[in-house]
Amino acid sequence: MQRVLKAVGFVVWVALLLWGLSGVNQRLFGGRELANYGSYVPWGLWVSSYIYFIGLSAGAFLLSSLIYVFHIQALKPIGRLALFTAALTLLMALLSIWFDLGHMWRNYEVFTRPNFTSMMAWMVWLYSAYFLLILAELWFELRCDLAALADRGGVMGPIYRVLALGWRCPKTPEQAEACHLQSVRVMRVLGALGVPLAIAFHGGVGALFATLPARPYWHSAIFPIMFLTGALVSGGALILALTAMNRVVAGEEKRRILTTISRLVLGLLIFDIILEWAEFSIPMWYGVGHENTLLREVLFGEYWYVFWIFHVLLGSVIPIALLATRPGRPLAAGVAGGLIALTFLAVRLNIVIPGLITPQLEGLQSAYVDNRLRFEYVPSLFEWSVVAFIVALALGLFMLGVRYLPLRSHTATA
Amino acid sequence: MIAHNSMQMLETNGRDVHLPVMNNAPPAPPGAGDGVDTTRRALLQRAIAGAGGLAALFGSGSLLTAEIARAEAASVLDGADGPPANHLERMLADLDRALQKPMEQRKWVMVIDLQKCTGCKACTVSCVAENNLPPGVVYRPVIEEEIGEFPNVRRRFIPRPCMQCDNPPCTPVCPVSATYKRPDGIVQIDYDVCIGCRYCIAACPYNARTADFGEYYNADTPEIMDYETRPNFEYGREWKREPGRHASPIGNARKCHFCLHRIENGMLPACVTTCLGGATYFGDYNDNNSLVHELVGSTRVMRLKEELGTEPKVYYLV
Ligand code: SF4
Ligand code: SF4
Repeated sequence: MQRVLKAVGFVVWVALLLWGLSGVNQRLFGGRELANYGSYVPWGLWVSSYIYFIGLSAGAFLLSSLIYVFHIQALKPIGRLALFTAALTLLMALLSIWFDLGHMWRNYEVFTRPNFTSMMAWMVWLYSAYFLLILAELWFELRCDLAALADRGGVMGPIYRVLALGWRCPKTPEQAEACHLQSVRVMRVLGALGVPLAIAFHGGVGALFATLPARPYWHSAIFPIMFLTGALVSGGALILALTAMNRVVAGEEKRRILTTISRLVLGLLIFDIILEWAEFSIPMWYGVGHENTLLREVLFGEYWYVFWIFHVLLGSVIPIALLATRPGRPLAAGVAGGLIALTFLAVRLNIVIPGLITPQLEGLQSAYVDNRLRFEYVPSLFEWSVVAFIVALALGLFMLGVRYLPLRSHTATA
Repeated sequence: MIAHNSMQMLETNGRDVHLPVMNNAPPAPPGAGDGVDTTRRALLQRAIAGAGGLAALFGSGSLLTAEIARAEAASVLDGADGPPANHLERMLADLDRALQKPMEQRKWVMVIDLQKCTGCKACTVSCVAENNLPPGVVYRPVIEEEIGEFPNVRRRFIPRPCMQCDNPPCTPVCPVSATYKRPDGIVQIDYDVCIGCRYCIAACPYNARTADFGEYYNADTPEIMDYETRPNFEYGREWKREPGRHASPIGNARKCHFCLHRIENGMLPACVTTCLGGATYFGDYNDNNSLVHELVGSTRVMRLKEELGTEPKVYYLV
C-alpha cells in the first residue's frame, strides 16, 4: 500500500514538474502572452501565490521562533523542519514574484535605485534580510550535524561539507558542548531578530495593498493585521500537515507535538475568522457603499465558491471540526492542516483579484475594447503551470531535505 | 468635483493665487460672450498688451505671437468681435511662449470641454498612432455615458488621458524610482529602469496606466505589418519594437505623457491637434495669457475624483 502510494506520488510529481517546466520555458523564452492578467487587472495568480507562499514562510518561521526564542520544549523536535519549510516557501514566494515581473532581470534595481517611499521596496529589502537570516539560522542549527555527516565520507560527504560551508566540529566533547551552546545562543539572537523582521515584512506585504488610496477594497488598517494572522494560521497549518505526514518525529512524541500545534492553529484560525467577520460585516452592515458592493461580489458574485467552498467549507469548517475533535491523530491533523494550508490560496486570491476588478471610472470597461483591458480575471493554464513548477520544485527539495538533511532536532540540551 | 465655492490654491508664477471656484453656476461656454464683464475684458486687454511686450522682449515670432494671442483671446471671450480665430494657432503661440521659459516655470495642463466632445475617438486613435501603442495599451480612451431615460436621453463622452496629477499616487509606490513628476508637472516613466512590477498601475485611481505585454495586432496573421514595428519617440527617444525582442517599452508600465516629445518640439499633443470637436485644449497654466488659463477660470470647470487630493492637471468643462 505504502509502495503504491509512493509510486503514484512520484508519478504525479514528475507530471507536475514537466508541466511546470513547459510553463517556465514559455515564460522565460516566450513572454506573458498566455497570461490572463492584463492592464486593468494588472496582478493575478502569480501575485496571489506570492503573498500566499510568503505568508506560509512567515508563519512557519514565527512557529520556529517559539522554539528557538521562547524555548517551548514541547515543539523542539520540529524546529528544524519549521525553519527548513520557512526557507523553501520563501523561495517559492520569490520565484512567483520574479516570474511576474515585466523585466525579470532588472530586479536588482530595487537595491541600486532605492525608493524609500515605496512599500514594495521596503518589502523587498525586508524579505531579503529575512532570507539571509533564515539561511544563517539553518547553518548555525545544522552545522555540527552536517560536519559530522561530512566526516563520515561517502558519496554525500563532499556535499555535506559544502552545505556546512566547510565547517568542522571540534574534536573534544567539552569543545563540542561549548560549540553547541554557542549555536543555541546564536539561534536565540537570530530568532529574536527574526521575529520583528518577519512581522515587519509580512505586515509590509499587507501594507503594500492597504496603503493604496486608489483601492478602497484594500485601503484599510486591518489589512496588515489580517496578513499576519493569515500567515500564522496558514504557516502553522502547513507545519502541522508536514509533521503529520513524515517521519521527522514519531510515536507518542508525534502525537504530543501534533496536539500542541493543532490547538495553536485552531486558536489562530478562530481569531482569523473574527478579524474576517470585522472585515466583511463593517462595510456591509447597512448594505450601502462602495466596499459593500465589492464584498457582495466576493460572497455572492460569479466566484462565490472561492469563498464558500474553498475558504469556508474546506479551509475552515472541516479543519475546525477535525482539530477540535481529533487533535493528536496524524491523519486528522494532517488533513486539517493540509486543507487550511492549501485553501489559503483562495483567501489570497480573494484579496488580490476583487481589489482590481472594478473600473476606477465607470464606463472604462467598454471605452476601449481589448483582451488586456477587461475588468475580469481567471488564471490561465499557463499561469497555473508556472505555479506548478514552483510547487514541484519545492516539493522535490523538501523530499530531498527530509531524506538527506539532519532535520530532526536534538532534544538533549536546550 | 470641486466643492461648491471652495478655494483653489494655485501656483502662478511663483505666487499663490486663491481662485474661488463655484460649481453650481450656470454653464457659460467659452465663445459665448454674454458671461464676460467689462472689467475682465479690460484686464484681458492689458494682459494681451503685456504678453505682446514680453514676446517682443524674447524676440520669438514676437509680433505674430502677440497678434494671434490678441485675436484669439478676443474671439474666445467675445465671440462676435473680431475674426473667428483658430484655437489651435493660439495654443501653438501659448506653447511657444512656454518653451521660452525654463522647464520648472511651465505647468502643462489640459482642458477638455465635454459639451464639445462628439465621442468620435479621433484622439484615442491618433494617440495610438502617435505612440505606436500595442494591444492592451491605451493612453486616452473615451468613456461613453448615457444619461436619462427615453425620450430624454443624452450621451456624454469623457476622454480620459493621464491626469498628470500634481500629487500623483502612482509615483511614490515605484520600488525603483522609475516614475516621477518632472519639474513641468508631467509624470514620466523611465522605460529603461521600470521593472514591470505594475504597482503603479494598481495605485492609479484613474486606470490611466496600462502594461505593455509585447503583443501585436497582427500576431495571428502571416505578417506583422510595418506600422506595428515602427519605433515610437516617447520622451524624446527612439524606442524600437521588434517581434521576439523583449526590449522596453515592452514589459513596462505605460501611460499618457501629454506627448512630451511633441510639445518639447513646439507641437501640440496628438489628441489636441486631431480633436474633431475642438474640445481638447492644452497649454501652460503658469501663463495667465494662455488659453488654458482662461478656460480653467470657467464656472463649468471640474476635475475627476477631486476628493482624493491627487490634484489632476486635466480639467473638464461640464
Ligand atoms: S492619472 Fe494616474 S498615472 Fe496619471 S499621474 Fe495621476 S495617478 Fe499617475
Ligand atoms: S511598473 Fe515600473 S514604473 Fe510602475 S511601479 Fe513598477 S517599476 Fe515603477
